[in-house]
Amino acid sequence: MILATATPWSGVSSLLLPALGQTAAMVGIVMGIVVALGLPLGLLIFNTSPRGLTPHTTVHASISWIANLGRSLPFLVLMATVIPFTQLVVNTTIGIKAAIIPMSLAGIPFFARLVENAVREIPRTRLDVGIASGASVLQVIRTIQLTEALPGIVAGLSLNIIAMIEYSAIAGAIGAGGLGYLAVNYGYEQFDSHIMISCIVVLVLIVQIVQFGGDRIVRSLTH
Amino acid sequence: MIEVTALTKRYGSLTVLDGVDFAVQAGEIAAVVGPSGAGKSTLARCINLLEKPTSGSILVDGKDLTRLSRRELRSARRAIGTVFQSASLLQRLTAAENVELPMRYLDISHSERVTRVRELLDRVGMLHRANHYPSQLSGGQQQRIGLARGLALKPSVLLADEPTSGLDPHTTSSILKLLAELRDELRVAVVLITHEMDVVRSVADSVARLHEGKIIERGSVAEVVRSSDSELARALLPLPPGPAPLHESAVWQLRYERPDVDPAWLTSIGRELDTDISVLAGLIETIDDGGAAGRVTVRFERPLAAAQVRAAFASRGIHATQGSIARADELEREPEERQEALVRSAA
Repeated sequence: MILATATPWSGVSSLLLPALGQTAAMVGIVMGIVVALGLPLGLLIFNTSPRGLTPHTTVHASISWIANLGRSLPFLVLMATVIPFTQLVVNTTIGIKAAIIPMSLAGIPFFARLVENAVREIPRTRLDVGIASGASVLQVIRTIQLTEALPGIVAGLSLNIIAMIEYSAIAGAIGAGGLGYLAVNYGYEQFDSHIMISCIVVLVLIVQIVQFGGDRIVRSLTH
Repeated sequence: MIEVTALTKRYGSLTVLDGVDFAVQAGEIAAVVGPSGAGKSTLARCINLLEKPTSGSILVDGKDLTRLSRRELRSARRAIGTVFQSASLLQRLTAAENVELPMRYLDISHSERVTRVRELLDRVGMLHRANHYPSQLSGGQQQRIGLARGLALKPSVLLADEPTSGLDPHTTSSILKLLAELRDELRVAVVLITHEMDVVRSVADSVARLHEGKIIERGSVAEVVRSSDSELARALLPLPPGPAPLHESAVWQLRYERPDVDPAWLTSIGRELDTDISVLAGLIETIDDGGAAGRVTVRFERPLAAAQVRAAFASRGIHATQGSIARADELEREPEERQEALVRSAA
C-alpha cells in the first residue's frame, strides 16, 4: 500500500508562490532575450528572402537553416545537447540560470519564424509605398513592416510565452525550479495530490490569461 | 516634367519593355493604355524606380534617375509621387498618418508636417476623415487619401497606377475630377496608367498605347479620336452595337473630325441629299478640349452615290466610311475577363 502524504491545503501556497515567482522570472528573462534576438532574426529571414527588401539567397538559406536547427530538436534533447555551452556561458548546469540558455535557444528561432510569418502577410505594395517615398531599408522596416505586422507579432508573442512556460516546466528536470519542478518533485515523485492539483490549476490559469490577454491586445491593435 | 527615353526592361531573355519613350509636360495628364501583359505595371515600376530599367533613361526635371547612386536616388525619387492601385494605405495608420508617412522620411519638422497634412487632406476633401482608419473608409475615400499621400512631398511628377481600378463609375469620375483639378492647380505632370478607356477619354490630355512592350500609337486624345479609325481610336470612342446588319452598302460609319461639328447635321444632310436617314448606333461626347467627338452609324433610305455622300459629310467636318468597321474592345477588357475568354476559347 502506498501512503500518500499530501501537503495540507493551508501549506500549499508557501510552496506554490515562490515556484510561481521562479517560473515568472525564468519566462520573463527568456522572453526578453527571445524578443531582443528573435525579432531581428525574423526580420532578417524575411528580408533576405526573394520577397524581402534585400534579397540574398545565401544569407537567407544559411540563417533559415540555423533557425530550423533550433526548432528541430525536442526541448529535452536540446537541453541535454547544449549542456557544455550552458556551462561555458553561465558557468553552471543546474538552476534557473542554466535553464535560461536552452530555453532561449529554443525560443529565439521559434519567435523568429512567427515574426517572419507576420511580416510576410503585408502586401508588397505597402512596402513599395515606403521605398517610392525615398525611405531607407531600415525606415521601411521600422515604419511599415513592424507597424503593420504588430498585431501578428503580438499574437506570436503570446504563443511564445505559453511555449516558454511549458519549457520552463521541462527545465524543472535540471533543477530549474518553478511550477514544473514543484509538480514533478512533490506531486509526481511524492504522490502529493494537493500540490499536483494546485500546480495544474495555476498553469492552466496562466496559459488562459496569457492567451486571453494576448487576443485582447491583438484586437485592440487591429484596425 | 518627365521624359522617358528608350526605356527597356528585360528579365533574362524576356523583354517586357522595348524602347519605350514618352514625355509628359507640367500640367498634363498622359495616359498609358494597353491590355494586361502589355507591360503597363512594369512601366509603372520602372518610372518610380521600384525596378531598375535594363537600359534607357528617365529624366525628371532634367535629372536622369537611372544614373543615380542608391543614396542619390533616395532623395531624387521624391520628385515622383505615386498613387498606388487600390490606394495601398497602411491599415494601422489613420488617414492623416498615412499622408504624413512620406514626410517622416525627411527632416521635416512636426509642426510643418501637421500643417501640410491638413492642407492635403483639405485639398482632397477628406479633412473630416483625418482620424479614421482605412478600414473605416470607402474605396473612393481611400484613394483620395492615396492621392494626398502621393502629393505629400510636392512632387513634380505624379504616377497613378490604375488609380480607379475596383471603383464604381460614380466614384471613378469623382477621383478623376480631383486628378484634373490637381493637375491644373499644382501643375504636376501626371502619368496615368490604366486599362479603362472611359478614364482616358474623360481626363487624359494625351494617350499612348502600349502593346507587347512597345508604344505603337500615340497622340492627344482629341487628335486620336478625331483623326483615325485605329484600334486605339475605336477603343477610346467605342460604337455601341447597332440593331441592323452593318454590311449593307447603304450603311455608313461616321466620325467627327472637327471639334465644332454642327449638331444639326442629320437634318441638314437629309435635306441636301433628299433622303431619310436612320441612326443605327452612336456615341457623341464632349471631350477634354471642350469640343465634340463622335462616332455614329447611319443608314440612307435611298440609294446614293458614295462620292456625293462623302462630300456632304466632309463639308460638315465629318469623316464617312461606307460599310462597317469592326469594334475594338480588346484594349479595355479586364484581365479576368480576358482570362475567361482565353479559357473559353481553349475549351
